Amino acid sequence: MGLDTDQTTLAAARRVVLLVATRKGAWLYHGDPARGSWRVDGPHFLGHIISHVRLDPRDGRTLLAAAKTGHLGPTIFRSTDLGRHWKEAAKPPAFAAAAAGATGEVGRAVDHTFWLTPGPAAEPDVWYAGTSPQGLFRSDDGGISWAPYSCLNDDLLYRKWMGTVQDGTPDGPKLHSIIVDPRDPAHLYIAMSGGGVHESTDAGRSFRPLIDGLDVVEGFDRNDATFHDPHCLRLAPSRPDRLYQQNHCGIYRLDRPASTWQRIGRSMPAEVGDIGFPLVVHPRDADTAWVFPMDGSTVWPRTSPGGKPAVYATRDAGDSWQRLDAGLPPEEAWWTVKRQAMTADAQDPVGLYFGTTSGELWASGDEGRTWHCIARHLPEIYAVEAGEIAE
Amino acid sequence: MKVLIPSALRSYTESGWAEASGATLADVLADLDRRYPGIRFRMIDEQNRIRPHIRFFVGGVQASDLSQALDADAELLIVQALSGG
Repeated sequence: MGLDTDQTTLAAARRVVLLVATRKGAWLYHGDPARGSWRVDGPHFLGHIISHVRLDPRDGRTLLAAAKTGHLGPTIFRSTDLGRHWKEAAKPPAFAAAAAGATGEVGRAVDHTFWLTPGPAAEPDVWYAGTSPQGLFRSDDGGISWAPYSCLNDDLLYRKWMGTVQDGTPDGPKLHSIIVDPRDPAHLYIAMSGGGVHESTDAGRSFRPLIDGLDVVEGFDRNDATFHDPHCLRLAPSRPDRLYQQNHCGIYRLDRPASTWQRIGRSMPAEVGDIGFPLVVHPRDADTAWVFPMDGSTVWPRTSPGGKPAVYATRDAGDSWQRLDAGLPPEEAWWTVKRQAMTADAQDPVGLYFGTTSGELWASGDEGRTWHCIARHLPEIYAVEAGEIAE
Repeated sequence: MKVLIPSALRSYTESGWAEASGATLADVLADLDRRYPGIRFRMIDEQNRIRPHIRFFVGGVQASDLSQALDADAELLIVQALSGG
């Protein structure tokens, strides 16, 4: 099963670099060929709030970083030499200016770019960005200039579903998990932390909700996208018709063309539950995925359940889950992992990586069976991505 | 006019003081952006609002209106105003 493509084989010969975005800067960790030792490069942008750093998989050398500081407005930095030099985007993501004399709600301003997605191989200069307040933006020139994309940002119904800065996530609702179908650049998925999962099949000219089967907080209407809180949406690279989702209310799988999500988190241990932020899918096996559960009980501590962190893996598309905690602290570890802070490389065996809210970077070279800590004492980690460098 | 640049924006100017001209605060900021591309958007959002933790002072008095007229002999102080860990 799965598409072990030539592209994947090529990627296996490349060196892995981990891109760590934190509340106070970014760090790059360059792996040796065996992924046994890691050379640190950083900090980049010390003191800046970095939400996401991505390596362009199409050239293996261009980096984009989503940044802001406590005082200053948001921007995007770009490097074409793996971070030796950075240049600010000429036109960062910004909402359209409100019409002169407009009444009612004033125009919105981007507080921060939260998510970056490189476009498909067929569109080498395209990037997408998701922001808070929730908006979708696109660059057609490699991340130098950005413009609002699709109907989403100003559509009245979507604006209602998006809510305001007071709804949901503490530092503002976020448009995240922008996914481009690798077979069709016009087929997009997005998730809104306040507003649900949505799909476009016409290059963003229209979107429609994809929320059937998803639970919402008790007492609210599951048919209203407003009340949906997807935490992380992933497409299985080896089977693009398969989606997985870690949601505020459980873990789900959807095999298209079906449109009703199945709650595969029901088979998680009851004492752990199926609440969490990140989810990662195996690059070549669509039945294998990993999650990092957190405590979503009572006041939502958002820590590892019982202070005992663990990754959980499924090898059968969610029918069963196995606890993977060898090497992780056995107790008294009260951190968790945010939605962008867990990732996989494309090597064989797959390397898994996650960064914690307490500033630790953990790695597994054997698909989660054993874990070791690469770095400690970093600022709060917001995102970890694994890229493969062009030699 | 002389413009005092806060430390958070000196990556643009590479200096604590910059020169910019214009009849209003908006004009001066536009001129500053011509000289140091990108600096204005870090202070003023896409709806022409001063960002929450940026303050402007002219002659010791806060300027909160971008249309405020400025004296070419005055000094514009840009201040970053934020605390916390």
